[in-house]
Amino acid sequence: MGILLIHILNALLYASVLFLIAGGLSLIYGVMRIVNLAHGNLYAIGAYVTAWVVGQWLVGAPTVVLYLLIPAGALAAAATGAIIEPTLLRPFYKRAEEYQLLVTFGLLMILEDVVRFIWGPYPLSASVLWSELGSIAIGDALYPTYNLLVIAVGGLAAAFLWMFVYRTRFGVVLRAASQDMRMAAALGINVNRVYVQAFTLGCFMAGLGGAIIVPSQSAVLGMSVDALILAFIVVVIGGLGSLEGALVGALVVGVVREAGIALFPEIELAILYLIAAIVLLVRPAGLFGRTA
Amino acid sequence: MSLLLTTKLTKHFGENRAVDGVDFAVREGQVLALIGSNGAGKTSLVNLISGLLRADSGQIQFRGVDVTAESVHGRIRAGIARSFQLVNLFDQLTCLDNVALSIFAREGKARKLFSLARRYRGIWEEAAEVLHRFGLDGKARMLAGGIAQGERKLLDVAVAYALHPRLLFLDEPTSGVSTREKAPIMDTISSIVRSQGITAVIIEHDMDIVFNYSDRIVCMHQGTILAEGTPDEIRRNESVTTTLIGTPAS
Amino acid sequence: MTAAVLSGEGRSPVKVVASAAPVVVLLWVLPYVLAPYKTLLLTYGLVMAIAALGFNLLLGYTGLLSFGHSAFFGVGAYAVAFMVKYLDLTSMELFIVGATVASAFVTALFGLVCVRYTRIFFSILTLALSQVLWSLAFKFFWVTGGTDGLRVPTPRLLGRAVAASEDKTTFLVHAYYSYVLVVFLACVALMWVIVNSPFGKALQAIRDNETRAEFVGVQIWRYRWIAFMVSGVFTGLAGALWVPLNGLTTPDILYWPFSGEIVFMAVLGGFRTFSGPIVGAIVFNYLKTYAVGFTVYWQLLLGVILVTLVLALPTGITGTAGQLLARLRRAA
Repeated sequence: MGILLIHILNALLYASVLFLIAGGLSLIYGVMRIVNLAHGNLYAIGAYVTAWVVGQWLVGAPTVVLYLLIPAGALAAAATGAIIEPTLLRPFYKRAEEYQLLVTFGLLMILEDVVRFIWGPYPLSASVLWSELGSIAIGDALYPTYNLLVIAVGGLAAAFLWMFVYRTRFGVVLRAASQDMRMAAALGINVNRVYVQAFTLGCFMAGLGGAIIVPSQSAVLGMSVDALILAFIVVVIGGLGSLEGALVGALVVGVVREAGIALFPEIELAILYLIAAIVLLVRPAGLFGRTA
Repeated sequence: MSLLLTTKLTKHFGENRAVDGVDFAVREGQVLALIGSNGAGKTSLVNLISGLLRADSGQIQFRGVDVTAESVHGRIRAGIARSFQLVNLFDQLTCLDNVALSIFAREGKARKLFSLARRYRGIWEEAAEVLHRFGLDGKARMLAGGIAQGERKLLDVAVAYALHPRLLFLDEPTSGVSTREKAPIMDTISSIVRSQGITAVIIEHDMDIVFNYSDRIVCMHQGTILAEGTPDEIRRNESVTTTLIGTPAS
Repeated sequence: MTAAVLSGEGRSPVKVVASAAPVVVLLWVLPYVLAPYKTLLLTYGLVMAIAALGFNLLLGYTGLLSFGHSAFFGVGAYAVAFMVKYLDLTSMELFIVGATVASAFVTALFGLVCVRYTRIFFSILTLALSQVLWSLAFKFFWVTGGTDGLRVPTPRLLGRAVAASEDKTTFLVHAYYSYVLVVFLACVALMWVIVNSPFGKALQAIRDNETRAEFVGVQIWRYRWIAFMVSGVFTGLAGALWVPLNGLTTPDILYWPFSGEIVFMAVLGGFRTFSGPIVGAIVFNYLKTYAVGFTVYWQLLLGVILVTLVLALPTGITGTAGQLLARLRRAA
């Protein structure tokens, strides 16, 4: 019983972080119709910044302060997004989609090395926050308390986002923009502002994913590309542009990954793609996607 | 016998009954005009017959064969071709290529992978001949994306014509061009269609064109057929003039 | 106006061969002039040019941007490595046949799923599927050698083994270079015929206007599928030629950033022209080698180049050169 619960918690842990990454990707696509190949890098930036603040810069500070500084990575990712959108992406909205993919691929290469330049090639860790909280007993086994915190943050983020998109004025604007940008523009919505806000919010989510997971696993080079691939599976299953889809997709991927690690480690990723392929064959736009 | 016959053809988009139980017939050799106000269901009807849309219910018979379940490809094989209201061309290919592709497809040669297109002399000659008929000789080597709007409308028809259809749908062949250009375009199209004995259905808004160039007129309203008859009959039909034009014809 | 290069009934093959002849002669004599190391780089460039040529049948001619061509390159490379490891084969001709069959099989399968989608969805799907192969190569290490990869010795060319006196570099820059050059020229000729065939026209029509292509009787799905297979097989063949050169195949060539490099090559050279991807592949190969030698932050350098390229010179090297030439001619 305890073992099963631990597996479920692990699946939720994966799902929380994946939801943050894929939700951001999906939000950006929904509003701007851009697939950002550098999205994983923003997740990495979130992880690196938090690990650096907690593990190097303020090492020795009171732990309460350190816990409060976890969101620093998310803010850094959001700031990066707020710079990237107007400077690099804006010139491409009127051009063919291929160019948008290409420019974000270039961005991926650049950000990958910028991270290496700033923090060097070695892993960066903030494990003090992870070990500080200790473990709790679940059945006969021990489970890291910090992981529960991550799950809680993931759940809260989903709830906040839902409220934000469906219960605030800004959410209305976002949804209008994702329905029909030209119509929204005709109604007096400042498109440029909506774009930069949506992109920043999407990057914030990715950064938050990196920031909350980094105490339990170090920030390493290459984490961005791995995360991007998993986020793609999530959005392919859930439907690109849908937040509900990102949530369900993240849960599916989380459960399959956890089961995969225990039962079929070799073909875990292949199984995920198989599921994605089946979803696509049955529902081409994903479980929650709109057909274009 | 009718070349084309639809029975109770229906397509709804949610609440909107775009095409609502339409029985529509086209006789061989006719030039038929399909008229009606915006949203009357003309283009939807053509989309259903050409295969762009799938019918909710009803039947489409072409030359006595049920083609309701046929793919677009199957309908083209059977002899149904169409042009588009908003010009649909291969903009990065030359005008000659645009027409030649229809001929390659018609002759079942478009799938040839390992032989140069230029070897098919006969096809290029025919393509040049088609352009000539449509008065587009001088444009053969220009990109389709780079010619004038009136020429694009003609090229769009030429691409469909080159398929050698038995039934040709022309979706507003003169929309988007100046009033001055409309008559020459229709003259060109009409003389080709008549001389080749092609059955044609023209969707049109301009009533002068409708009355001048068609043998028979079908008027649609809110997804159904309101009236049909010869141009004279339609001209005198009060329900048509009131619903369509709003005021009785002067 | 570069698009016009892709259009018309096509230039006469005789004229094309005549205008390409000086380049062929140049490629033929280069190994005798260049330092062995540079010839080696050129060999890599020619191999990648075959891959980029195949890739561009999809991007330039069919309008589909694949981010998963590493998969087909890798299938070709691993097919050869498996033939060496499990069948003890050494004939390069058999390698080519084996890689072609293997990549045709995989592309046919992937294509069934991918060609139903266009635009971004196509890109993501190709990317995702290529990652399946990568993860399999990575995880089934007892078959694939995992991250250590699989070694491939120098093959027999046309049944002839390397002379005992010959060292490996000499073999690669002379015998193997000539072999690659011949295969490369055959691939270029074949691809030139394909893009100028009726089928090639139909692909361009699909790229320009899918709906209309369907309404002149082109069965979009099927054409795209065939284009996908041809494209993948060219890239797979490149993978097969690459292995003996590299001496080793690792999962890196299945990883999707490698697909990104193939995309990069086509964009660098110009994907709107036939020769663009060839030029792009050769230039990229030198560029990357020098960037890697110049700084550890070579990715940053290449990324900046890519972004600049897309921003300022979207038609790539050949497109820009064509525009310059046209301007000069008008000025004269």
